[in-house]
Amino acid sequence: MAVETAPMTPDSALSASRKNEAIRARIKRRYSAERRFRAYGIAAILFGLAFLVALFSTIFARGYTAFQQSTFTLSVVLDQAAFGSSAPTPSELRMADYTKIANRAIQQALGVDPNNKADARAAADLLSQNADTQIRKIVTADPSLVGQTVKVDVLAHGNVDSLLKGQFDRSVAESRRKLSDKQLGWLDRAIESGILTKKFNTGLFTYGASSKPETAGVGVALVGSLYMMTIVLLVAVPLGVAAAVYLEEFAPKNFITDTIEVNINNLAAVPSIVFGLLGLAIFINFMGIPRSASLVGGLVLALMTLPTIIIATRAAVSAVPPSIREAALGVGASKMQSITHHVLPLAVPGILTGTIIGLAKALGETAPLLMIGMVAFVVEYPSTPMDAATALPVQIYMWATAAERGFVERTAGATLILLAFLVVMNVTAVILRRRYERRW
Amino acid sequence: MLNVEPSSLQRATAQAPHLQEPKVVAKDVSVYYGEKRALFDVSVNIPDRGVMAFIGPSGCGKSTFLRCINRMNDTIPICRVTGKITIENEDIYDPSLDVVQLRARVGMVFQKPNPFPKSIYENVAYGPRIHGLSSSKAELDEIVQKSLERAALWKEVKDRLNDPGTGLSGGQQQRLCIARAVAVNPEVILMDEPCSALDPIATAKIEELIDELKQNFCIIIVTHSMQQAARVSQRTAFFHLGVIVEEGNTEEIFQNPTDKRTQDYITGRFG
Ligand SMILES: Nc1ncnc2c1ncn2[C@@H]1O[C@H](COP(=O)(O)OP(=O)(O)OP(=O)(O)O)[C@@H](O)[C@H]1O
Ligand SMILES: [Mg+2]
Repeated sequence: MAVETAPMTPDSALSASRKNEAIRARIKRRYSAERRFRAYGIAAILFGLAFLVALFSTIFARGYTAFQQSTFTLSVVLDQAAFGSSAPTPSELRMADYTKIANRAIQQALGVDPNNKADARAAADLLSQNADTQIRKIVTADPSLVGQTVKVDVLAHGNVDSLLKGQFDRSVAESRRKLSDKQLGWLDRAIESGILTKKFNTGLFTYGASSKPETAGVGVALVGSLYMMTIVLLVAVPLGVAAAVYLEEFAPKNFITDTIEVNINNLAAVPSIVFGLLGLAIFINFMGIPRSASLVGGLVLALMTLPTIIIATRAAVSAVPPSIREAALGVGASKMQSITHHVLPLAVPGILTGTIIGLAKALGETAPLLMIGMVAFVVEYPSTPMDAATALPVQIYMWATAAERGFVERTAGATLILLAFLVVMNVTAVILRRRYERRW
Repeated sequence: MLNVEPSSLQRATAQAPHLQEPKVVAKDVSVYYGEKRALFDVSVNIPDRGVMAFIGPSGCGKSTFLRCINRMNDTIPICRVTGKITIENEDIYDPSLDVVQLRARVGMVFQKPNPFPKSIYENVAYGPRIHGLSSSKAELDEIVQKSLERAALWKEVKDRLNDPGTGLSGGQQQRLCIARAVAVNPEVILMDEPCSALDPIATAKIEELIDELKQNFCIIIVTHSMQQAARVSQRTAFFHLGVIVEEGNTEEIFQNPTDKRTQDYITGRFG
């Protein structure tokens, strides 16, 4: 705004008032421009939030049922006759016909005549095929139970589970339904008498791969992801921090370091599937690490995370004011001491944030893992990172392609688990940054 | 002519430095920043147990020369130093000399107070610790206390040694930086405009402190305040465009400058 300094003749007073008017008009326009800009910003944020809410609510609506599973509470008769003797040997314990024991128990519970072949079959079909394994586990853990009658929670079949979760349509003609009228009648009675209930689905977290939804879980995937994240931490963080500190503090500024810098930035933008191809070529074909092993997955994800960590660390290191470095050098610290004693501690929040965000990205990464064969049907827990495993996002991908109703909810359920991990990691990053943030 | 109180001049004369045995000797020092030459064959003798002031207009190379004395310029990749600087007849640019050792002997206080973002105690203890000057916690405590006392800060902070050094006032921070420099028991202390970020009261405290410290140390101070140079220093060098135009006892420089440029500068005609 220009300041009017000329003496106030009537003429100049007129022009001054006109000028004031112009200024006022301009100010008004400036304010309305600012208001418009704010409105656009708020609209953009609301738009983004709306999508986020829609996304989360659909996933949640679809997925929350996966955390419950229909279970029969049965009185299982562990008749000595089924085991051959009153003190069965371990092999007798293992070989006993648990399917028959389980079927007897469900037939008894539903009041079905075991001699009526068709009814007996129909009743047995309401149990999960995993029921025998569940009973076997209990008996082998405590052989003294033989000869007694014990209460056991046994998984119901996936169709029964659908019924309890209200996903079963009774109006469909009986011949095209998965449960007959008779079975529905038994089930209604079972629900009434309280032997068929929905329980918290611990199996979702402990089971490995399965073709039956009721016995499929993310256990193996969780262990695989855990192995891989550990490997990423052990490999990418030391390498990334060392590389970043060297580049930022020691490397001479010349053509070579410039090229390296540009390439690191480019690497961060390379599609993840390319890292999968690289892993396939180097770790599996060249180094001979077994396919599907979490070691390969971890190394590939570490390579992928490396640029993120390097960039975050460099930013954090270069944000430390030079005066701190000079102060340290000034009292006779060596360059290394000035870095380890002063620069790195001040850069820790930035490094941690970068690391956690990199880890979160790696945890959700699917494409490179498909390339290295981690999309496998793994039932057994991997005991070392060299064993075949899957990862959480890959498990989601595999379930998403399965047809059964039970897998649809599990897909969404596993997504919720993955999202929970990501949220926890990001919140941790924020908290760490707040906690260690220092001013100078 | 500059208005200098006679008392401070008399004091400076009373403690006339013994130039026979200079502490720091610079001979034909030139500094290049890449292609650009910042210092032109600077030669100067700096006495022990006294204060030497560098004055001169902005950009004339005072800081550059000061940073040559503890080889802080080594940290600037494009910077190249020629000539010879000795401290007690030891060439500090000798390849066999360890820079880290040198910086323990030549402490530095910077223009802007730059305490570490750590506790007051840690700020002072850091130097002695990395140089292994103490063998026990008690000994280290003593060094910290003595250094803070020498920096005239002990009374103010003795009850909050574990508070962050960055939480002190600007003047206190600068005294903390002086305590930090003093803690490693250097022979020479370089101060680059140590009071430029401080108010007059804090400045007076630092000047008092410098007067105290000169009993034990060789102090070299860069300042833009002619009054300050006159108050604290016994010898003064006037820098102009990368050369020392005039150098001598402070009262002579201020009362009978021989060079026209010095005269103009100290009477405020340029700078
Ligand atoms: N890091 C550097 N890189 C390039 N040139 C520099 C650098 N530091 C200083 N110079 C140049 O060297 C010359 C002397 O700078 P110096 O900082 O020594 O001046 P000064 O006398 O301390 O000035 P002031 O009183 O403003 O602090 C200036 O021309 C400056 O531009
Ligand atoms: Mg300077």
